[in-house]
Amino acid sequence: MTTAEKIDRKTALDLYRVMRTIRSFEERSMQLFGENKIWGTIHSYAGEEAIAAGVCANLRDDDWITSTHRGHGHCIAKGADLGRMFAELLGRETGYCRGRGGSMHIADTAKGNLGANGIVGGGIPIATGAALTAKQLGTDQVAVSFFGDGAANQGTFHESLNLAAIWKLPAVYVCENNQYAESLPVKRAFAVDDIAKRADGYGMPGVHVDGRDVRAVYAAAGEAVARARTGRGPTLVVADSYRHEGHYYGDPRKYQSKEEIDGWRRQFDPLADARTWILADRLASDADLDTVDQNIATEIDRAVAWAEEAPLASPIKLPDDVYASH
Amino acid sequence: MQATEARAPAATRELFYNEALNEALRLEMERDQRVIVIGEDIAEHGGAFQVTAGLLDRFGPTRIRQTPISEIGIVGAAVGAALTGLRPVVELMYVDFAGLAMDQIVNQAAQNRFMFGGQARVPMVLRTQGGSGRGNAAQHSKSLEAWFAHVAGLKLVMPSTPADAKGLLASSIRDDDPVIFLEHKLLYRTKGAVPEGEHLVPLGKAEVKREGRDLTIVTWSREVLFALDASAQLASDGIEAEVVDVRTLVPLDKDLILASVRKTHRVLVVHEAIRRGGYGAEVAAMITEEAFDDLDAPPRRLAGLETPIPYAQHLEKSVVPQVDDIVRVAKELVV
Repeated sequence: MTTAEKIDRKTALDLYRVMRTIRSFEERSMQLFGENKIWGTIHSYAGEEAIAAGVCANLRDDDWITSTHRGHGHCIAKGADLGRMFAELLGRETGYCRGRGGSMHIADTAKGNLGANGIVGGGIPIATGAALTAKQLGTDQVAVSFFGDGAANQGTFHESLNLAAIWKLPAVYVCENNQYAESLPVKRAFAVDDIAKRADGYGMPGVHVDGRDVRAVYAAAGEAVARARTGRGPTLVVADSYRHEGHYYGDPRKYQSKEEIDGWRRQFDPLADARTWILADRLASDADLDTVDQNIATEIDRAVAWAEEAPLASPIKLPDDVYASH
Repeated sequence: MQATEARAPAATRELFYNEALNEALRLEMERDQRVIVIGEDIAEHGGAFQVTAGLLDRFGPTRIRQTPISEIGIVGAAVGAALTGLRPVVELMYVDFAGLAMDQIVNQAAQNRFMFGGQARVPMVLRTQGGSGRGNAAQHSKSLEAWFAHVAGLKLVMPSTPADAKGLLASSIRDDDPVIFLEHKLLYRTKGAVPEGEHLVPLGKAEVKREGRDLTIVTWSREVLFALDASAQLASDGIEAEVVDVRTLVPLDKDLILASVRKTHRVLVVHEAIRRGGYGAEVAAMITEEAFDDLDAPPRRLAGLETPIPYAQHLEKSVVPQVDDIVRVAKELVV
C-alpha cells in the first residue's frame, strides 16, 4: 500500500476543489433526479472522489481517459464544464452529447475524455487502443482507464492488460474497488485478497492504494503516469473506496445493512478526510475551505440554471449523427 | 464482367482476390501513415488467408501488429486507436469469432459517434471472412451479415470480385465510420482483372454484373458468382437474368436495385446466410414497399437452410444455394 505524502497548498486546494465539485455535482444530480428532471438512471460517484481527483491531477488535457457508468467524477476531474454536463443530464441541445448519451455516455473529447461507458469493462480496451495511438505516433501522451472491481472480472480486463504489457503501452489501469459489483460484494467475487496481485500475471507493476486518501492516490498515480509517459509501460493501480450511494439512484440496497451504510459512509469519506488533513497540516483555514465550498455551490447553481435555460435537444437531426460520412 | 461503370481505362492485370486485398492494404498504408493492421497471424504467417503476406517486411511489426488470440481486446484497441487518430484495419480470422468481440463492435465502435453527440469518429475497418464450402463446419462457416446490418452505426461491405475487393477496401479504409468488411473464404483464390494503382469503389453503390430483361437476381459475395453461372444456363433456355451485386449492404443502393426491378418486374434475392431474418428479407421488403406496382410476381428469396453449417462436403452443399437451385427458382419465377 502506497502511503500518503506531504503536498503543497496549491495542490491540496486543487484536489479539494475537484473533490468538492464532484460531491456537489452528485448531490445536485440526485436532487434533480428526485424532481423527475433527469430521465433514465444515474450512478453516484460520491465517496470515490479521491480517485478521480488524485489520478487526473497528474494528467494533461491531451492525455486520454476512459470512464465508466459511474462517470461524473472522472469527467469533472478531467476538466469538463459543469453546465454542459447538467445540460446533458437534462436532455438539452447544449449538453456534451446533445441529449443522445445522458449520464452513462458523457464524453468530452476536447479534454481527452473518450467517454463514460454503460458496459462494465467496455472502456478498458479502448484506453488500451488510445495508448497504442500514442506509442504508434511517438507522442508522450498517456491513456488512463478507470473501471470498477466488477470490471476486473470481465474478459476485457485480461485481454487489455496483457496487450498493454506485451506492447509496453503508455497506459494506466485504475481499478476503483468500491466494494460492490452492483450488489455483489468483492469478497464473493475474488478469491485473491488484493486485486493488484493480478498485475503480476501480466508482467506489470500492481499498486494497491488507499482510495480514500487523495494524497496517496495522487502519489501512486503520479508514479504510474510518469512510468507510462517515459516509455516504461503500463501499471495497474487498485484504489480501495466505498460507494456512498447504491449502485444507482433509488437502489433499495437490500444487499447491505443499515449499520454498514451509515457507518461506512462516515468512516470512508475522502472529502471529510481531506478537510481534516488540510487543516491539520495548516495548508488552509476553515474559512478558506468554506469559501471554496461556497464558490462551488454558486458555480453549481449557475451551471444548473444555464442548463435549464437551454432548449431541449432537437430530434430532427438524430439520423445525421449516426455516421460521420454518408 | 459486363456493364461496369464508365471510368477512365486503367491498366489491369489478373489477380487473386486475396492479392487484390493485399494490394489495397499496401497502397493505403503507403499513402497514410495512420493506417495500421492489427490481428492474429498477420505477420510472418501473412494472415490465415494470405491477405497480409509480405506486409510485415514492407511496413514492420508496429504497423503490422500481430496480436495474441484476444478478439475483444483487439477490436477494442482498434476502437480506441481510431478514436484517437489512427486508422486501424482489424483482421478477425473468422466472422464466427465476432461473437467474442461483439460488445466492442456493437456497443462501442458503432455507437460512439452517436452517443457522444457527434464528438467522435471511429475510422476503423474490421475485415473478416465467412461462408461455407471448405469443410470447416459450424463454428467456422457462417454468413453473419444480418447481425451487423441490424446495428445502427456500422457500414457493411461484401465484395464478390478481386477488383471490387481492392476498390472497396481502399474506400473503407478512407471512410470515417466503422466498416465491417466481409470476405468469403472461397473467393480468395478466384481471379479477375484488377486496375493497377489507386482504385476506389465507392461505398453505397451496387453494380449490375450482368444485364438482362426477364428477372433481377439481387445477391452478394460468393453467390454473385453462382448467380452469373446460373444466368448463363438460363440464357440457354432463353431467360435473360440481370444480376445485381449489392456490394455494400449498408448503405444499400436502393436506386440501382429498384431501377433493375422496374425493368424486369421480377426479383429473386439470393444469399448464403440462413433465410430466417436474413438480409434478403430486408431487400425483398424494401422492393415490395417501393416498387410493388412494378412487380409481376411476389419477390422470391433463396437462402441457406435454417441449420448450422454441417461438415461433410455433400451435406455442406445441401444447406446453401447452389447454381442449380438458382436456375430452378428463377425458372419458377419467370414462368
